[in-house]
Amino acid sequence: MRAHPAVVAAVADAHRREWAYVLAATVRVTRNIDLAEECVQHAYAQALAKWTENSIPAKPGAWLTTTSRRKALDLLRRNATLSRSLPRLVGDQLSDGPEDAESQEIADDRLRLIFTCCHPALSQHAQVALTLRLVCGLTTTEVARAFLLSESTMAARITRAKKKIAAAGIPYQIPQASELSARVDAVLTVVHLLFTTGHTAPSGGELVRRDLVERSLDLARMLHSLLPDDADVAGLLALVLFTDARRASRVGGDGRLVLLAKQDRSCWDPRAIREGVELVRKALARRPPGRFTLMAAIAAVHCQAQTWEETDWCEIVALYDVLVQIWPSPVVALNRAVAVGLALGPEKGLEEVEVLATEPQLVGYSYLAAARADFLRRLGRKADARTSYEEALMFTENAVEREFLASRLAELAD
Amino acid sequence: MAQYLVLIYESEQAWANAGQEGYELAMKEHTEFGERNGSALRGGNALQPTTTATSIRSDGAGGFTVTDGPFAETKEALGGYYLIEADDLDKAIEIAKQVPARYGGVEVRPIMVFD
Repeated sequence: MRAHPAVVAAVADAHRREWAYVLAATVRVTRNIDLAEECVQHAYAQALAKWTENSIPAKPGAWLTTTSRRKALDLLRRNATLSRSLPRLVGDQLSDGPEDAESQEIADDRLRLIFTCCHPALSQHAQVALTLRLVCGLTTTEVARAFLLSESTMAARITRAKKKIAAAGIPYQIPQASELSARVDAVLTVVHLLFTTGHTAPSGGELVRRDLVERSLDLARMLHSLLPDDADVAGLLALVLFTDARRASRVGGDGRLVLLAKQDRSCWDPRAIREGVELVRKALARRPPGRFTLMAAIAAVHCQAQTWEETDWCEIVALYDVLVQIWPSPVVALNRAVAVGLALGPEKGLEEVEVLATEPQLVGYSYLAAARADFLRRLGRKADARTSYEEALMFTENAVEREFLASRLAELAD
Repeated sequence: MAQYLVLIYESEQAWANAGQEGYELAMKEHTEFGERNGSALRGGNALQPTTTATSIRSDGAGGFTVTDGPFAETKEALGGYYLIEADDLDKAIEIAKQVPARYGGVEVRPIMVFD
């Protein structure tokens, strides 16, 4: 029997919304990630058949969880050898959970899953891949495509990471209070990395990879619902909302990059901006504000300005001043330098950019050359500007961004 | 409960520069570490410097090549270790962070279990 399109859509929707919940609930039974994954996949396959045969259940997540856990129990009971030989996850509260745990416990299990995927003992590449695979439920093929890697490379990366979790005893648990904020920060870094990779694809023909942007928005929302009192989690969600709210105006009808200054602000999503502003306001009330909260606050200033000219650049510079203190990253410093140029004029901006030009991390960083080029252009130093645009082009792989730089370069031709 | 080996890698040059005073300080730090983490410790030793090391490799034809020096020359050399017992990697890391290693750092390796 062919699955009905409505059923296919319902399964796809449940996949996006419920995967982490179903997997976390199943891990509670199997205490092994691989076996749990297998059972969850089985449940989604069953859903296609059964929902077509009967009807789409009122609570798809609950249906999937029951089916997946039943499969797990079945496999474990029938195959005693399997259950003995499986490497079991270590964790403090796994053993005492009843099989039909309360939903709060499963919510906590989703956090356990996320913290395990983003454990600092795993490389950041592995953290990102595991999060997409286990928390978002992407297939290895999809994860590989998202990072433009071959499927075999990605499969090896995921397998190696899972082996380390088992062999090194990375615990499946929520970190203790003294570690929590550093560990939450690691999780937020992964989600932010996914978002920025999606928001400006490092290479390829399209500026934005919608799939990654949506996954990171889902993840940020999930984290906010699981950790509602964490200010920086709210900050990250707001940052993602603000940035994504402007997506419609970032690329023109001809596929070309449209700068913030030229974007049609009436295309911005007012609902997302309102939601973001509310989140930032609450997050800023916590002292001291975290880095994602500050980045969101900067984005909020942009989003609330009716026009580019009305942007409160002094406020933005002030926020960057706090941000570079808690997050001394050369990239942040560069953004601050650009803001200084917009607040106090291109001469001042150029000065700030030149100070950063010797930062090892910024050598070959296209945005530094592009920022310098823009200030030089505005100062009327055409020849110098051309050299900088050429340099920026050399380091840019995204086709849409290249197009923009090339057009600026053409404008400067004698 | 699992066992982990905490390997201490430090710069031998820095140790040499620190002299007797540095040696005494490290002894004091290790004693304190031992007192704080006694219940988790299953063993540990300091090693003589790599100038005393001898490497032995099978030559693949039934014989051996014996050479002076450590297996691999690195800036920071294995100088000692602790064998610890911990519930999981997080607990092991918590203990490893307290291992004195002012001239380098430590590496945590799970002990392989053969069923």
